[in-house]
Amino acid sequence: MRSIEQTTQEILQLAAQQFKLPAGSLAPGDDFYKKLGIDSLQALEMLSRLENHFKIELPDYEVQGVSDFRTLAERIQARL
Amino acid sequence: MKTARRKTEPVREFRGQALRWEWCDGVVELTLDHAPLNEIGTPMLGELEKFAAALSGLAAITSACIITSARPGGFCAGADLKELYYSALPLSPQKRAAGIRKFIGRIHGVANAIDAAPIVTIAAVHGLCMGGGLELALLCDLIVADKMARFGFPELRLGLIPGFGGIPRMRRDVGNSFIRDLLFTGRTVKAEAAQQAGLVTHLAGEGYALQVARSMALQITKFDAETRAAAKKFIKPIPRKELREEIALFCKLFDRPAVMDSLKRFVETEDPLKHLPVAPKS
Repeated sequence: MRSIEQTTQEILQLAAQQFKLPAGSLAPGDDFYKKLGIDSLQALEMLSRLENHFKIELPDYEVQGVSDFRTLAERIQARL
Repeated sequence: MKTARRKTEPVREFRGQALRWEWCDGVVELTLDHAPLNEIGTPMLGELEKFAAALSGLAAITSACIITSARPGGFCAGADLKELYYSALPLSPQKRAAGIRKFIGRIHGVANAIDAAPIVTIAAVHGLCMGGGLELALLCDLIVADKMARFGFPELRLGLIPGFGGIPRMRRDVGNSFIRDLLFTGRTVKAEAAQQAGLVTHLAGEGYALQVARSMALQITKFDAETRAAAKKFIKPIPRKELREEIALFCKLFDRPAVMDSLKRFVETEDPLKHLPVAPKS
């Protein structure tokens, strides 16, 4: 099973790929709404990518109010 | 003197402000293309009515219809809530109620015409397919979904239920527990989960939903039209009684002042997950 650190790193890599940012440019504590400038459509697209990557279902109400990668990783970890 | 009944000439091509359709080799493609995300308000409804009217003329020369979207964000985000809110705002409660009943009646006219069309209908869905958008997809006999598509019924956030026939139509294909999950949590589900639930017929790779739908449509053209129409009528009856009950319940719920408050919160929110309930401002 993945550790929370591995999950966090995979999320950062996925987000960097989706938003075409250099690898390593995102940090666990970053506010992804501010850092990536995400709108509602992109937030759901990111959710789909995360669900498909981790092969989980992550209800969007569990990430409502979550804005940093570290907390997002915790929510995903709980579903692995 | 007898007058000969004029046969309706099929309208093979139409380009409007919110949608367009084009007929080719027995398949008609209806493309929704109204910014930002094909919201169903007055312009979209008016042109959907044109399409519904054209279907009877097209049916004789058509095997399949694909409904798709040209908007990059997805298939359809549902009812145009901004238009609904701002048009209802200056009206008295009685006029609001009358207005929504008229709108719902018109949308159900379109929905029943597409649902009952004696041709095979395919929704090619990508991105967001929510609320009224999902109800539009549910009119179709088959749903092809891009693996990145998401489906949801967020209406309860407004104090409403889906009003375009969503629940009765979804019940034809999908178990009640899945519908209750969508309704009571307001969450969206990814395409794979929607397929497992029985909502989505085929999954397509990212960006390939329309291509997969076209391939299905080509296969459909090979079958006898009369048999196909009879099979459809047999296997996919319109749940008219439940639809009437849904309209009555929707209109009853809409009459409450809380709905206008919820619409206002929705219109004003900046929450990125605004399909989920928005907390009242303290």
